[in-house]
Amino acid sequence: MSAVQQGPAQESAARPGVDRSRPPRGGGRASGPRRPSGARRPAGPNWPVTVLLGLATLTVLVPLYVTVSMAFKTSEQAADGNALSLPAPFDGSGFVEAWQLTRFPVSFGISLGVALLAVVLTLFLSSLAAYAIVRNWDRRFFRWSLFYLLAALFLPFPVVALPQIQLTALVGLDGPVGVGILHAMFQLAFSVLLYSAYLRSLPIELEESARIDGASTWQIFWRVVLPLLGPMNATVGIFAFLASWNDFMMPSLITADPALQTLPVVQNIFQSQFGTNYNVAFASYLMAMAPTIVVYLFAQRWVISGVTQGAVKS
Amino acid sequence: MTLQTPLPTPVDPGLDRRAAASTRRAGHGRRPELIWYVFLVPALLAFTAFVVAPAAVGIFYSFTDYVGYGQWEFLGLSNYAALFTDPRILDSYGFTLGFALVTVVLAQVVALALAVALTRRIRFAPALRGVLVIPMVLSGIVVAYVFAFLFSNTLPALATSVGFGPLEASILGDPDLAWLAIVIVSAWQTIPGALLVYTAGLTAIPAEVYEASSLDGATAWKQFRLITLPLITGFVLINTILGVKGYLGAYDVIVGLTAGGPGTATSSVAMTIFSGFTGGDYAYQMANATIFFIVTVVISLIQLAVTRGRSVRL
Repeated sequence: MSAVQQGPAQESAARPGVDRSRPPRGGGRASGPRRPSGARRPAGPNWPVTVLLGLATLTVLVPLYVTVSMAFKTSEQAADGNALSLPAPFDGSGFVEAWQLTRFPVSFGISLGVALLAVVLTLFLSSLAAYAIVRNWDRRFFRWSLFYLLAALFLPFPVVALPQIQLTALVGLDGPVGVGILHAMFQLAFSVLLYSAYLRSLPIELEESARIDGASTWQIFWRVVLPLLGPMNATVGIFAFLASWNDFMMPSLITADPALQTLPVVQNIFQSQFGTNYNVAFASYLMAMAPTIVVYLFAQRWVISGVTQGAVKS
Repeated sequence: MTLQTPLPTPVDPGLDRRAAASTRRAGHGRRPELIWYVFLVPALLAFTAFVVAPAAVGIFYSFTDYVGYGQWEFLGLSNYAALFTDPRILDSYGFTLGFALVTVVLAQVVALALAVALTRRIRFAPALRGVLVIPMVLSGIVVAYVFAFLFSNTLPALATSVGFGPLEASILGDPDLAWLAIVIVSAWQTIPGALLVYTAGLTAIPAEVYEASSLDGATAWKQFRLITLPLITGFVLINTILGVKGYLGAYDVIVGLTAGGPGTATSSVAMTIFSGFTGGDYAYQMANATIFFIVTVVISLIQLAVTRGRSVRL
């Protein structure tokens, strides 16, 4: 907790605690104190805290570094017990073997299909339901529907897993399609919650003027409301995607045919062959991790604002 | 900053009555457009068919001797009675609850410390935050496989080279220590989400509050304890409820690290429930799942009750 406290007293006098401005890098900070009074010393960056945070990032960077460096080693070097060494020589053959062992294009495609199905279902079902609920809040059926859907927030998957495995097998959904549907179902409650909180904050005047212009409710939703929901669509979609793409539990239990497994599930083949092929296993882990890291690098703003909005809005 | 809990609080009868009264006054006799039902009903139907109905069927079978197929007979409560004397079940609850408690405390303390540090006047804040958030987008099972390698190979190798006895053997193979690895990896994965929520909460606190108190001579620790903490109680609530629910259902990380071992030392409730699918005690494990659901709900309600009324709004 030591990082919590701000050490020197004069610093907390200068600008205690919260740096709300998060100034545009470089310029804003260098331009001196924002207060005209001049009584306060312009606070420089807090280097001790910066260094502590830098050390904290090592807990993230070291495992990632090990994954990357192990993936590029030869199988001999990967087995020498020194995980922190650099690959010497660089060897990409682990990727070739991992690509074949996990049938990467197939399991990647299945993972992508499952995640896209989960995202599309989540976006459509929850935005439409939330819109209907919020605009009919004075009607009991709609109000209670929200509470009914939100009950899922209390429902961990293991509670319903056994009957769901049976049900999906019974109706022929014991494959990627069933997994995608179930992923959407467990995403529904939180998404409806986010959408309805966001919808309540939207001005209703736009919808009313569209209605006066003769637009139907569906047209209003499609042309007016959905575009306004833009930021929330991104948030809900990214969360549905990450939850589905990264999940191991549901596909491993629901999908009956091992040939139709998703990318996280097929990684378990390296548990039996772990003894000799660390480089292949880590190459495979890296290929499984890379897509979400790449998505994160490009959509960082949405991921971060998504969590933030999720917390504040709801 | 208005902060409500993300959880359904339908237990406000006043609200319902008021809304119902307004319906009677204003909208009596006017049926809502059919289209609103078209918006809402698909979500309700899908949720009912894929989640609620299976849950109801499963709970029904928990009162029988059903093995997952074929004939069954009604047993009454004997499955439930047997649960409370089954050491495997009791151990799994002991492990899961203890693990959830330790992990939620560890993760919240670290996340809050990092969030406070990130909202200081530091250099490279966006980059540092960007790196710290990466674990959130990674697949739990793949992360667990990577850490399993670190715990069983890298850490013992390092400990041996510096002559640190206790860590020379893999902690994953030690029934008394394996749970620690699960706590570490679960916290590692869930800290980013909590960190972002806390960052949002901290940036919402006006700097003036701190300035006033530091003029009064409050120390940094006092400011944190008397200003920051009360103002972010709502965020602590969100984080602990979501966190505990996730930890209680822990599966992926445990499968990847220890697969429940050594022996059954780290078998979570989720893992014992899933064993009902292959182990032939479907009905018995459904009774377990039902109890597990009740435990989850009760824990969430306790968390709500403990924090209710302690949240301060600005």
